[in-house]
Amino acid sequence: MMKHLPAYYTIWHILGYYGLRLTAYLVLGFLMLPILIIVPLSFNVEPYFSFTQGMLRLDPDAYSLRWYEAIFTDQRWTLSIRNSFFVGALAAILATVLGTIAAVGLSSPVMPAKRLITALLLSPMIVPLIIIAAGMFFFYTGFGLVGSFTGLVMAHAVLGVPFVIITVTATLTGFDRSLFHAGVSMGASPLKVFWDVVIPLIRPGVISGGLFAFVTSFDEVVVVLFLAGPEQRTIPRQMFSGLREQINPTILAVATLLIVISVALLVTLEILRRRSERLRGEAF
Amino acid sequence: MPSEAEHAFLQFDQVKKSYDQKTLVVKGFDLDVDRGEFITLLGPSGSGKSTVLMMLAGFEGVTSGDIRVENKSITRTAPYKRNIGMVFQNYALFPHMTIAENLAYPLQVRKMAKPDVKDRVNEYLRLIEMPEFGGRYPGQLSGGQRQRVALARALIFEPSLILMDEPLGALDKKLREQMQYEITRLHEQLGFTVIYVTHDQTEALSMSSRIAVFNDGVVQQCAAPAELYERPKNAFVADFIGENNFIPGTVSAIDGAEAKVAIPGGEIIAVAGDGLVVGQKCVVSVRPEKLFIQPTSHAYDNEVTAAHVTHHYVGDFIRYYFRFADGTEINLKVLNDLAAPNFSAGQEGKLAWLKKDCIAFPA
Ligand SMILES: Nc1ncnc2c1ncn2[C@@H]1O[C@H](COP(=O)(O)OP(=O)(O)OP(=O)(O)O)[C@@H](O)[C@H]1O
Ligand SMILES: [Mg+2]
Repeated sequence: MMKHLPAYYTIWHILGYYGLRLTAYLVLGFLMLPILIIVPLSFNVEPYFSFTQGMLRLDPDAYSLRWYEAIFTDQRWTLSIRNSFFVGALAAILATVLGTIAAVGLSSPVMPAKRLITALLLSPMIVPLIIIAAGMFFFYTGFGLVGSFTGLVMAHAVLGVPFVIITVTATLTGFDRSLFHAGVSMGASPLKVFWDVVIPLIRPGVISGGLFAFVTSFDEVVVVLFLAGPEQRTIPRQMFSGLREQINPTILAVATLLIVISVALLVTLEILRRRSERLRGEAF
Repeated sequence: MPSEAEHAFLQFDQVKKSYDQKTLVVKGFDLDVDRGEFITLLGPSGSGKSTVLMMLAGFEGVTSGDIRVENKSITRTAPYKRNIGMVFQNYALFPHMTIAENLAYPLQVRKMAKPDVKDRVNEYLRLIEMPEFGGRYPGQLSGGQRQRVALARALIFEPSLILMDEPLGALDKKLREQMQYEITRLHEQLGFTVIYVTHDQTEALSMSSRIAVFNDGVVQQCAAPAELYERPKNAFVADFIGENNFIPGTVSAIDGAEAKVAIPGGEIIAVAGDGLVVGQKCVVSVRPEKLFIQPTSHAYDNEVTAAHVTHHYVGDFIRYYFRFADGTEINLKVLNDLAAPNFSAGQEGKLAWLKKDCIAFPA
């Protein structure tokens, strides 16, 4: 165990080394436990938020899937799940298209006022959400967009655009402009080269930006509270009211499902990241 | 209207370029290129070579002046309609397409029928002697192979004009020589016109039909390699192409094409450069391999005295360094044979050369 430590280490070095590791694990536990604790509790047969005697004894009868059943039988939950996916997907698509175009434009060497425009487009990430939500509420009212899906999708797309810009810009910094010139010199119009060459090479960045945008919309509650009517109720909104009105482990079951979805998305992102690294490695 | 035959295939007419609307990067570029020529733009870094190429390709606008191909101005033609092939220093192969797909791209853009595309791709893979590489990705090739593919991709749609911007800059010496041979072979075989950019003068001298020596945004001289080497037009070209000694002196008389020049080691006769006048300060350029140490069996017109400084043993030749009374250094190459003389430091020697091998330029 201690073999790999350098030979010159004194007892203090060694204490420091293990002390640092211990602290790191404690911090990790502090961050992860509240999330992980939800998973077993969501299988509780009793309508409580704590471990029962039976659960601690690992008695199979103390566990059940009843809260998962509850999700899919309760109309409010099914509606909010459908809404979340619907709004999330549309907002992500919108944010991906707009964000990608913005990133490509911002990476051009002849783009004027680059910093200012970047700052403006990224501001939804920095400005407190409650301010954006309040502003949107007043602004959208004028257009009759409050309490409509159109309004909610647009609002969430605005929140997702910064993520797309950041990820696509990152892939574009490794992009060799002479590829573009090469395509044009072979007789393809700039638009065709963009489609045939630029898009395939920045695709990993585009997709991961889109996933980030989807997740942003998926767990967003502040803007939903301001802009959504009962028809547009999303999962986070439903959990929020569930927490106050009908306290039972259904929200834990939903939370567990969300964890699974998040992990799946993270894994996808990681795979994409590796793929893009490989592609770029091959380019040179 | 002059007849078609009077016009060169490609003409640059007083082309100027400024990026910032203040300073000119290219200041009045004039060049006529005939069909099938191999023209090299040679010049120090930052002299505007790439800029000229970019203007020809259409990726940079022309600030003033005109570029004509077959007597038609192309400055208002979109880059993708110019039908000019390009080879880049970093290959610029599409990393997500196989070699065959890369080669097929310009043909697909031109909506060539699928079976024809396939035939043409195979033909060009054979041409670059890589017939079995069609299915590989650029990342799986060596630098030299990538550059050969890049070359084939620029040639495959049979453009009449090919631009190459330091295409061999990223390769090592041996591969470079191999690729120089390859490019020359394809050029002779297919007969396209090439505008080639490099700052490697041996490359320029060995490949080009003509070289345009570039400095500071203007062409200093455009001539065939031998002419450029033997009869440089000014001191910059003399210095830039090959090695040269520069000896300061004063013009004492001019007789037609010849000038009498007083230099520190004696009085000599040199070819008079453009714009030389009597009484003027000048520099005399003479190449190290044209100098001989006395006694010599070679014919000579000029003889000067200088002190030996040191010599370097290079292998096939020995390089001797001499110094004139005023401190000007001069070096010469002597073939490494039994006749190579021995000198001790400070010992005086006599150096001799032909008057046609030295040129006096105004200083
Ligand atoms: N896009 C640009 N904007 C502003 N200035 C530029 C731009 N491209 C080149 N320049 C300037 O123009 C001058 C000529 O550049 P160019 O790239 O043509 O030189 P070059 O002869 O190709 O040099 P090298 O041998 O180093 O490639 C340089 O001083 C350079 O700084
Ligand atoms: Mg250059």
